[in-house]
Amino acid sequence: MMENLIWGYVYPNEAEIQWSILIVLYPYITGLVAGAFIASSLYHVFGKKEIKPVARFALLTALSFLLVATMPLLTHLGRPERGIEIMFTPHVTSAMSGFGYIYSFYLIVVVLEIWLSFREDIVKNALNSRGWKELLYSALALFSYDISEKALHDDEKLAKRLAIIGIPSAAFLHGYVGFIFGGIKANPWWSTPLMPLIFLMSAIVSGIALLILLYIIAMKLRKHAIDHKCLHSLAHYLWIFLILDVTLEMLEIISMKYESLEEIEIINRLLSDKIATTFYGVQLTMGIFIPFVLLLLVGMIKNRETLKMIMISISSVFVLIGVFAMRWNVVIGGQEISKSLSGTLTYVPVFFSKEGVLPAIVILTIPFIILIVVTYILPPWKDMEEEPERNPDK
Amino acid sequence: MEISRREFTKIGCRVIIGAAAGTAVIESLVTNGSAAGESPKGEYDWNEHYWGFVVDTKKCIGCGRCANACKLENKVPFDEPVYRTWVERYRVLRGGEVKIDSPNGSIDGFTDDIPAEDIKKAFYVPKICNHCDNPPCVQVCPVGATYETKDGVVLVDYDYCIGCRYCIQGCPYGARYFNTEKRTADKCTWCYHRITKGLLPACVQACPVGARKFGDLKDPDSAVNKILDEERINVLKPDLGTKPKVYYVGLDREVR
Ligand code: SF4
Ligand code: SF4
Repeated sequence: MMENLIWGYVYPNEAEIQWSILIVLYPYITGLVAGAFIASSLYHVFGKKEIKPVARFALLTALSFLLVATMPLLTHLGRPERGIEIMFTPHVTSAMSGFGYIYSFYLIVVVLEIWLSFREDIVKNALNSRGWKELLYSALALFSYDISEKALHDDEKLAKRLAIIGIPSAAFLHGYVGFIFGGIKANPWWSTPLMPLIFLMSAIVSGIALLILLYIIAMKLRKHAIDHKCLHSLAHYLWIFLILDVTLEMLEIISMKYESLEEIEIINRLLSDKIATTFYGVQLTMGIFIPFVLLLLVGMIKNRETLKMIMISISSVFVLIGVFAMRWNVVIGGQEISKSLSGTLTYVPVFFSKEGVLPAIVILTIPFIILIVVTYILPPWKDMEEEPERNPDK
Repeated sequence: MEISRREFTKIGCRVIIGAAAGTAVIESLVTNGSAAGESPKGEYDWNEHYWGFVVDTKKCIGCGRCANACKLENKVPFDEPVYRTWVERYRVLRGGEVKIDSPNGSIDGFTDDIPAEDIKKAFYVPKICNHCDNPPCVQVCPVGATYETKDGVVLVDYDYCIGCRYCIQGCPYGARYFNTEKRTADKCTWCYHRITKGLLPACVQACPVGARKFGDLKDPDSAVNKILDEERINVLKPDLGTKPKVYYVGLDREVR
């Protein structure tokens, strides 16, 4: 059976694909984190007031996904019990060795950022509740209850500074994931200095799309009107980053084809055979081209808020699927070509196995559960539900 | 109050980062201290050797005894598609098409599935870990479980490898595999347990035609230096800058 999954000659040791769907999930999740964080800093750092309704919600989203980012990796390791050695004895020439530190640093930044922007609510909750709730919120407030005007102002300043650190670290967290692949000279499909940038742009795109969807769903569930200004602004940024994303992705393919090095034959085979559907169909057409046109229309159509909302939602869903396909095409695609440059192989995902589709689905569900829990403890709703009527869209 | 809170944040950060960094430094001192300098026990002094390997593709007859001997010697599972060494067959057909194969790594030899009159030229190429002088597998290992010894052999520390398989991705030659029993990366060691006792690697010993030569690059009279001094040689994928220490005589341009 294995024979017909292989075309041409692959090195005997390549018969088995080493990095499974879980490793597809890992850059997908960190991308969502980085994207959501950067979306929130549009308000926190760049003062884009339109984003305010979702700014804190975006932080909670980033945290929920960040908390599971290590899961696909640990599940994948042959020796998960030794995984911690990455922290204790990092081998610094390895792109992967930075993971532990970058991840921890970023986690601290996100948690602090959330703490600072929710501190007023936490303190008020601590002062106004009794019993275990009082204890919970007092602990969250670190037993410091100063919410004077000045203290809050200082909080905001500190939060802004943190967010300023946060942007490069988010960019680093994800750009570095791109380098894990981009730095592998053994693999012609991975080895490109553009990889970190491509990963970063698609990360931002996916993060904003996720935020848009979660925002719409949350408002529908809470039966609250959607702030169309905020939604359109998010859609606008989504559109801009889509353009950057597609430019880089095309640049990579075009220069590969134009330079036509030794590996071009196998890359052409990869693109026209192995990943043709997921690349041209899902990643480019569904994930970039259709959303691009839809969002362009959203920018042109007047009124018809419901229609625009539907168009934005469809775009976001397509973008999320498209970015997943992009991760797939990189991680799996790169392993479907043999380093002998003379053959291809096929990855067949299994459903029930340690590295199968089932654990991937489970891992991808957990962040949503975490999000429900954290939004219960730290509700971000009041930003979203503030006087939406007062500012009816023209 | 305000100050105390900020101080708290700052101190908190420092404590966390400091503690983590501190452990890392100590750990790396300890591990380096024991791994560097000293040589494995016994008479063998790894500072005195620097190993190299020569493959003469013109001699190889594709019998696959080397691949078989390797699996036996190193307990590489016979029922899994994993190989520390294998032999590739190249057949350039009359039409110009190149057919490459290595069924079961050549362990069972090769069968003639193309009529001889359709074949323009054919040859065998034994493959093995190149024990690169600039090994990308060592570069990418996040915990330093894969390393280069003083005598120029690239090894995996099975008690340290976390099984991330980054090195398998990083090796341009497909020389590494995942050991499902140890749940770590694995590869050819040039039979380190043998060469440090003055024996030859099992594959070299098993080869009936002397297509594989092993020896000390530091010794001017060694079997490998004799060939390196006389023949025109090449290495695999020289453009990748890995500086392989497996040298090939009669390497065809089709071989990657
Ligand atoms: S051939 Fe591969 S496994 Fe061997 S040293 Fe070179 S890069 Fe490492
Ligand atoms: S699989 Fe083991 S030896 Fe290979 S890179 Fe990972 S930790 Fe290092």
